[in-house]
Formats: sequence, C-alpha cells, structure tokens
Amino acid sequence: VRLEDLAGQCGEWLRGNGPESDIVVSSRIRLARNLAEFPFIRKCTGHDRAAIQDTVRQQILGVDRWAGLTYIDVNQLDSVDRQFLVERQLISRELAEADGSRGVAIDANEKFSLMVNEEDHLRIQVMHSGLALQTAWEQIDEIDNQIEQRITYAFHPRLGYLTACPTNVGTGIRVSVMLHLPALVITQQIEKVFRSLQKISLAVRGLYGEGSQAMGDFYQISNQITLGRSEQQLIEQVGDVVPVIIDYERRAREFLVQESQQDLHDRVCRAYGILCSAQSISSQETMQLLSSVRMGINLGLINDLEIPTINKLFIHTQPAHLQKLRGIQLDTADRNIYRAHYLHSHLRKLDRGNDAAEKN
Amino acid sequence: MKCQHCEKPATFHITELTGPKPQEVHLCEDHARTYLTQPEELDKPDSIASVLSHNMQVGQTAEELARLDQRACPVCGITFFEFRHQGKFGCPHDYVCFEEELEPVIVNIHGETTHTGKRPRRCSVGVDRKTDLIRLRREMKDAVEKEDYERAVRLRDEIREIEQEGSAS
Repeated sequence: VRLEDLAGQCGEWLRGNGPESDIVVSSRIRLARNLAEFPFIRKCTGHDRAAIQDTVRQQILGVDRWAGLTYIDVNQLDSVDRQFLVERQLISRELAEADGSRGVAIDANEKFSLMVNEEDHLRIQVMHSGLALQTAWEQIDEIDNQIEQRITYAFHPRLGYLTACPTNVGTGIRVSVMLHLPALVITQQIEKVFRSLQKISLAVRGLYGEGSQAMGDFYQISNQITLGRSEQQLIEQVGDVVPVIIDYERRAREFLVQESQQDLHDRVCRAYGILCSAQSISSQETMQLLSSVRMGINLGLINDLEIPTINKLFIHTQPAHLQKLRGIQLDTADRNIYRAHYLHSHLRKLDRGNDAAEKN
Repeated sequence: MKCQHCEKPATFHITELTGPKPQEVHLCEDHARTYLTQPEELDKPDSIASVLSHNMQVGQTAEELARLDQRACPVCGITFFEFRHQGKFGCPHDYVCFEEELEPVIVNIHGETTHTGKRPRRCSVGVDRKTDLIRLRREMKDAVEKEDYERAVRLRDEIREIEQEGSAS
C-alpha cells in the first residue's frame, strides 16, 4: 500500500454505509498491550524501542493470513505523511508527534491497524463503517489471539493486561462509536447528553480523539472503565447507549423539520452555497458546512448530492489529504484556496456535466 | 451593562461565593450557559496525581511521604515520585511493586480491582521471568559501564537463557 493510493480512497470509517450510517459513522475497538520483557515506553531506551519494533514487525509479518499487511516506519515519514495517517484515523496524534522508533501496520482496506510504540507497545485497532461493534470485537479478539501466540504480553493474574497508564489496565479495551449529531448541537441539547453519558462513566471526545474539539459535529463515545468488567460487558455498555442517542438525534431533527423548517432549509442551503462558491476556505469552516449539508441530504432537503460524496469531502479537504491529492506542500493560505477549488469542482460536477452535455 | 465576554447585553448577574471573596460576573444568555455548565464539565475523573496526593495526605506524615516518594522499582528504577507526577508507569513490575499505594487509584478510576475479562490462552507462567529481563538488561548495562566484565558475562548468559525459553515454547 502506498500512501498516495490511499489518498484517493475514502477509508473504512467514512465509507458511509453499514447499519444506522446516517448517524453512526463508524465503530472502533482498540486493545492496549505490552511486551512483558521490555519497560513501558517512557522508560525505554532508543535500543529498547528499536528492539520492540523489530520483534513486533517480524512476528506480525510472519502471520500467513496477514499477508496483505503493510508496515510503515512512522519515524521515517515527513510531517505531512504523518498527519495524513492521523486524518485517516490509522494512527493517533500521539504516535505522529512522538520521537524515536515507532510504526504502524495497516491492512489494505484500512479496517485493521496496529500501532507500535505509542503510549503502550501495541495498540491494536479495528474499525468498521456504521454500527458494528460485535463484528469489530470478533475480529480484534482473533487478531489479539494471533499476536499472543507469538509474543508474551505483560499480564497480571488479578489486574489483567498491564498498561503504561493505570486508566487502561485490565482489558486494555476502548470501545468507541463515532456519531454525527448536528441536530443535537443546533438545538443545544448536546451538553445535556454528554453530562448524562459522563454519569454512567462513558467518555465523549471530538473527531480526532483526546482533547480534540468536536469538528463537523462528529463525536466519539467510548468506555472509560477498563477493569472489573468483561470486554463483552463494556461493548454492551457502549452499544446500549447508542440507540438512545440516535433516537435523541432523530427527534431533534424531526423537531427542526417541524418547528423551524424554514431556518433549517436556509441553513442547509447556505452551507451548500458557500461550499460551492467560496474562493478560500479553512478546514474548520469546511467541516462545519459539510456537517449541515450532510444532515440536509439525510433529511431530503438536498437531492442532488449523495452521502458518500460528502463523506469523501470530509476527509479529502483536511490539510494533509489536500496536499497529498495536490502532490505538493502548501501553506495555510494556499491550502484554503486549493480547498475551495477542490470543493467547487466536486460539488458542481452536476452543473459541469450539464454544460458539457449542452456543448455536445 | 454589556456581557463580560462579548458585545451582547448582560442579562445574567451571578455572584460566585466559592472563592475567597464573593465575585460578580455579568453575562449574556449564551455565555451564562457556558459559564453555568462549566463546573460540571470539569467534573471529570480526577487526575492520577491528584488522587494520589489526596490519598497520601490522609494519615501520612511528610516524612513517610518523602520515604515513599523515594522508593524505586527494582526492575525499571522508576521512583514513586516519578509515577505520582507523570501518572505513567515504567514497567509491568510497578503494578506489583507499588500494589498497595496503587489500589486507591485503581478503585477511583475503575471502581473495581479485579480483572474479569479475557486472559491470554498461553500459560502466563513465563511472564514474570520475561519481565525480569528488564532488570537483568539494566544490570548488564550498568556492569559494562563499570567495566565489571565478569559480572556482565554472567548476566548476559542469564539473559540469553530466559530469551531462549520463550522461543522454545
């Protein structure tokens, strides 16, 4: 897999299908694991880090059924490429910004990635479009079993899998579901939802994880507790709350349609209009407007666009993707201009198609 | 009166009594909403550092604290002080070495102290021996630095033995 080839694709999490995919963007499970014979990352020497990477790389590339796996040495990548992988949710910001030996193995369809030398030695991740936690668990469980046959994990009989930070000890699992909740944001109910989630010890984060702002009205809901409950219980805890939030979001959308159809329609059409005609536009503004348009399509207010197109634009208009697609490095100002151009050419394809037809 | 944070008129006049002195804030509706929901938002799980320091202030003298802070893990060498400040461990053995001090932290985070989920299928007997490699490698490095080659060779052999156990199983 070459990064350039990935750039043109949408990636698994924004494929835009799967159950409840108008609201549930993706389901993701990650497991934190450490090798028993090495110190945790912060006590690792450069030599230790290199040895961990070599061991893991050798062992996972030796698994027959993972022949399609590509290992990327993140330390060798330039900053645009690292950012590119962050934007695709294949690596964390922490891994991108760290120093020293570190890497990621990814499979061709981007459903599975395995980070090496992040906060823990191993961070295994499985991602699916739409609401599909059970499938994701079955896969990651199997991947974990495969690795465990080759590598001795740090494990304690009472405390479970040992992790660098006690917040992940036990199962080392994080179950998360990414939701698109524009109507709850507009109706200002989102805070209320978050507070009730926090009370049942679920965490809410923005699009790019810890500390990131909620961009484009995307929110990730995940478990906070990792010890004292089984993986299955933790998956259920997240899985059970999702339909409730979906229901809230649908009701908020219904409310907007009934009570302020005019405002809603206006908001959606303005967003569409700006995206089609801006000459320079930031990533943040683009996300915000695409969010309105996405909801507009789901509510039938926009009929000449498809959800997959919008999903693709969400990822392609991010800074590193834009530069990969353009093939050169661009500074912020140039990116904003190219982004406007890119949106313009993708959203107004229909018009151009008609023009071309007329000329013929 | 204008809102303290923007140009809109202040419609909320709040007197804050939690600080050392009463404090007045004047806000518009939007900023009042953010302001009033803030404390609950901050009500996230306490940081590890704060839980630890809270627990230790209870029933422990400064002297005991200082002694605890200096205690180091025999495997990776991390001191309790370092862990307390950074919230992250140095090696798997720290969970054993600081087990007692860690318990309230674990309870605070997870509400439980016993793992009930998945276990490695392979027998985990070798785990502690593997973790011992961390100590042995560190000691070997130290021996080499001190030019105590006799000891270094002994340690090297011991390390090899443990490493090979793994590949044989």
